[in-house]
Amino acid sequence: MATLSVCQQPIGGFSFEYCKRNAVLEFECNKLGHSIPAARKTGTTICGVVFKDGIVLGADTRATEGMIVADKNCSKIHYISPNIYCCGAGTAADTEMTTQIISSNLELHSLSTGRLPRVATANRMLKQMLFRYQGHIGAALVLGGVDCNGPHLYSIYPHGSTDKLPYVTMGSGSLAAMAVFEDRYEQNMEEEDAKRLVRDAIAAGIFNDLGSGSNIDLCVITKGKVDYLRPHDMANKKGVRTGDYKYKRGTTGVLAKAVTKLDLEVVEETVQTMDTS
Amino acid sequence: MLEESTESEWQSEVKTGTTIIAVEFNGGVVLGSDSRVSAGETVVNRVMNKLSLLHDKIYCALSGSAADAQTIAEMVNYQLDVHSIEIGEDPQVRSAATLVKNISYKYKEELSAHLIVAGWDRRGGGQVFVTLNGLLSRQPFAVGGSGSSYVYGFVDAEYQKGMSKEDCQQFVVNTISLAMSRDGSSGGVAYLVTIDEKGAEEKCILGNELPTFYDQ
Repeated sequence: MATLSVCQQPIGGFSFEYCKRNAVLEFECNKLGHSIPAARKTGTTICGVVFKDGIVLGADTRATEGMIVADKNCSKIHYISPNIYCCGAGTAADTEMTTQIISSNLELHSLSTGRLPRVATANRMLKQMLFRYQGHIGAALVLGGVDCNGPHLYSIYPHGSTDKLPYVTMGSGSLAAMAVFEDRYEQNMEEEDAKRLVRDAIAAGIFNDLGSGSNIDLCVITKGKVDYLRPHDMANKKGVRTGDYKYKRGTTGVLAKAVTKLDLEVVEETVQTMDTS
Repeated sequence: MLEESTESEWQSEVKTGTTIIAVEFNGGVVLGSDSRVSAGETVVNRVMNKLSLLHDKIYCALSGSAADAQTIAEMVNYQLDVHSIEIGEDPQVRSAATLVKNISYKYKEELSAHLIVAGWDRRGGGQVFVTLNGLLSRQPFAVGGSGSSYVYGFVDAEYQKGMSKEDCQQFVVNTISLAMSRDGSSGGVAYLVTIDEKGAEEKCILGNELPTFYDQ
């Protein structure tokens, strides 16, 4: 990521440095008869809702690589600042890195202004960066937080357009989640109602979309407090097997036993300490 | 409208398949738009206000790619703020339209958004400018977006010079209502902005309050 560096004015205009490299690599790979590895996408359901005192963000926890589940319990709600969190759908690496870059820049900005960062600032930074890359960064985000002007919720698309709304859903399961929201959303909900609504919306995505699954993570942001509930709901617990394929000791009778001791001596012993801090 | 990508839903570009209109009357302008934003075949925002503020008495109507249109509007908003501080007074509508035109023309090949700029200033009164593809043209009224194709006949027949403010507002609402009922990419609610010497007044007309015509 060459363009966005801290303490420096970002270069204006479009930057396509890595697109050329990727195209060359793909060509070389195809010449040898291999195909480039598919980027791991978080085929996903993410959503957010504004309630009376703040924001509730929700996400599923499945990360897919083509048709295989690469990670059964990945974390899709990313930290941006103490009062702002962001859910990410799309290419896993893109959402991870984009949110980390903006989080870092926002911290510096907040130190420079001496104030708690605002959600609109994070939104601007994200949309300007995504627009600069013309949609090649596959990050679809739900950004929510509480600042001095109250709770705010934004949805940000890979090409750089944003919408400011009271409830948003993104990802492959967004239609299922939006159906739940459109049915049951009300203005000025209580926290428990909002949490239940988001949980049900994500559950709708998990059970009706192949790209979403596993558990439900929730993040409740209010003025001065953040509850990161991971997992909030284990919608898909692994069942207990009713039968056992292991044979019990003694099933096979032992006829004879012969023990031969191997003559070994220690030649060299090296100890490598692990940094477990 | 642009061709869609063949990849999964989240990679389809977000478009404001739209109906936008701006009409000039003696003493100001009326702008109107629908509120639907689509990504592929999904409606991602059914209440987006496509009438974006460029300055106190200058607004622009967005159509085409949502990212491109939003970005142009925000850039011009910033440039106009600086410009108006430099000249020490409210900017002219022509200046705002020129700033939009400059970006649209320079990045003609990369961008796909059309903004209609309209507002009121001391020198020229109410003015409507069209900036499609990088041209700059002042017109008494302008329509744009995918829904505009369905209402060219209607606006050509119904527009009259010298309409009053209320007549203009009704004309705009009727046009948007007709376009929304025929264009699949337009819908939702109608947003209206009336700009005159006193300032800008925003209004939102809900779906069930829109005028109905034959077949509804």
